[in-house]
Amino acid sequence: MGGLTKEYVIKRIGMFLLTVWLGTTVIFIIPRLVPGDPVQAMIGRMMTEGVDVENSAQIIKAWRERFGLDQPIHIQYIRYLYNSATFNTGYALAFFPSRVDDMVARAIPWTLGLLSVATLISFILGNIVGALLAWRGTPRLAKMLLPLSLTFTSIPAFMLGILLLYAFAFKLDWLPYAGAYQRGLTPGWNWEFVLSVIKHAALPALAVVLVRMGFWALGMRGMMITTDGEDYMILAEAKGLRPWRIFWRYGIRNAILPQVTALGISLGSLAGGFVIVELIFTYPGMGYLLYRAILNSDYTLIQGIVFYVIVGVSLAVLILDLIYPLIDPRITYQRG
Amino acid sequence: MAVAEQGKTFAFIKKRDSLWLNGKLLFGAFVLLAVVSIEFIGPLFWDTELATVASAPTNMVPIWVEADANLGFKQPDAAHPLGTESNGRDMLALLIVATPRSLRVGLIGAGIGMVVGVILGFSAGFLGGWVDAVIRTISDAVITIPGLAVLIVIASYVPQLEIGSMALIMALFAWPGPTRLLRAQILSMRERGYIQMARLSGASTFDIMFKEMMPNLLPYLAASFTGSISGVIIAAAGLETLGLGPTRIPTLGMTINNALRASAVLRGMWWWWGPPIVMLIVIFVALFFMTIGLDEIANPRLRGIES
Repeated sequence: MGGLTKEYVIKRIGMFLLTVWLGTTVIFIIPRLVPGDPVQAMIGRMMTEGVDVENSAQIIKAWRERFGLDQPIHIQYIRYLYNSATFNTGYALAFFPSRVDDMVARAIPWTLGLLSVATLISFILGNIVGALLAWRGTPRLAKMLLPLSLTFTSIPAFMLGILLLYAFAFKLDWLPYAGAYQRGLTPGWNWEFVLSVIKHAALPALAVVLVRMGFWALGMRGMMITTDGEDYMILAEAKGLRPWRIFWRYGIRNAILPQVTALGISLGSLAGGFVIVELIFTYPGMGYLLYRAILNSDYTLIQGIVFYVIVGVSLAVLILDLIYPLIDPRITYQRG
Repeated sequence: MAVAEQGKTFAFIKKRDSLWLNGKLLFGAFVLLAVVSIEFIGPLFWDTELATVASAPTNMVPIWVEADANLGFKQPDAAHPLGTESNGRDMLALLIVATPRSLRVGLIGAGIGMVVGVILGFSAGFLGGWVDAVIRTISDAVITIPGLAVLIVIASYVPQLEIGSMALIMALFAWPGPTRLLRAQILSMRERGYIQMARLSGASTFDIMFKEMMPNLLPYLAASFTGSISGVIIAAAGLETLGLGPTRIPTLGMTINNALRASAVLRGMWWWWGPPIVMLIVIFVALFFMTIGLDEIANPRLRGIES
């Protein structure tokens, strides 16, 4: 417990704030690099695309209010930062009376639930496979078969998703092809609903698990091989400990630490890639919402979603960073 | 006499065990080369004009498939061996036109990211101090930002993206990987004997960087490069699948987007989304093998434990 020093915590929180600030600033700058008034450009683009701009006056007002577009750019920027810091993401353009945060709040549980479960499964399975691949005690047959689980590593999850959709939803008709639960069911804690949710989540989760597993397995294999050469492994063997115990308590326990760091680093790309997986499965999470926002050129919604995604991922990384010293007590000696 | 013979055997060993003759690397490189050659060989055999809308009959199945008339598919024809999609494009021509574009985005994007990464990585590792602190902090922050999400914002604001600008945008998030890798390698390398030796012998910083360090860093850099080409192509294909990115010229991702919009998956038109996916998978697998091979060259321990 003493692993968390004040200095370390402050440093990590600072890193979190920096990441969120960088991300939101990039989102602020981009629209201003495009020539012309963003609001006019947007309305014009929506008109040409045949989107109904019924409340255009209201929308323009809402936008000018949000960004204070008649103000000089540094005032705009400060206002924008203030709005972001207070999580005031305003109204959605194309879905007008809806607020961005309401729409995000409805979508976020689906993404969070599916993505965290899938990530956890792939992390655990992948690390076990990787460790077994590097371990001397693994049966020969397993060593031949395990690499098969790495087949999908280099394929992005959404492409695997399309293939799975075609095979299991269209050809075999085993699993549903869209949505998060069967239409007509009322969400609640009953078996029918929970079962339906699991059935709908199975394919997108499988796509993520299959793809990410190999990534963890490869990393773990490398780490285990490195650990294998360490003196404490030889000592453990010399002491006559059971191989299984050496494998778990000495090998994996040490090799897993860099993997946790890698988990933090990979969360960003994981979340980004998942956007498209949701689109493939019409899963009603953040990614699908983002796709609908793009289709409708709803820039406030796009910005709002991306803002929340950045905050969410950074927060997850922060939590991981804060847990890290607890699983690796050495970290305080080095940094504290 | 004995010495000469010894020299001979050494030469033989060196040739056989040459560092770069890694099976995985060669296999990957060979496949990738085959894909690259499509750009040059393809147009000689096939009319690429067929990749434009309405240049071919619609919904034609590939040549080896029996068309199901109930689903409204046309019987196969030798003129369109891979079939056609609902907008009247020939799938084979589409592949020939689109594949090189995806590769090019990957190469340029990863290339720019690599150059920036090398410069920043060397600066951080060599100069140390506050330069190192700034570079490390920013690259750590950028690596946690979900790149694809920010790229989506960019691509949705920039109305017409060309291959070049697409690659440039991709490079925005391709540099932190190489930067971190290089920094870590240089920090550990700086303390090794041969670098210390070179420094003591009065070698210039430039010489140390390029004559002493570079040869040892090369496999790491190459592995990072192939890995990041793959990353950029994935990101670009992802954006295109969302309907962003270049729209005038067909790309592999755009083809997938068209297929999804026409719900080709649930209409059973696998020859619409299948070929671009297979093509991308071939590219990814080739790059993956190259990356693993290069990793093994850089870190011989990865070749496995000899038991």
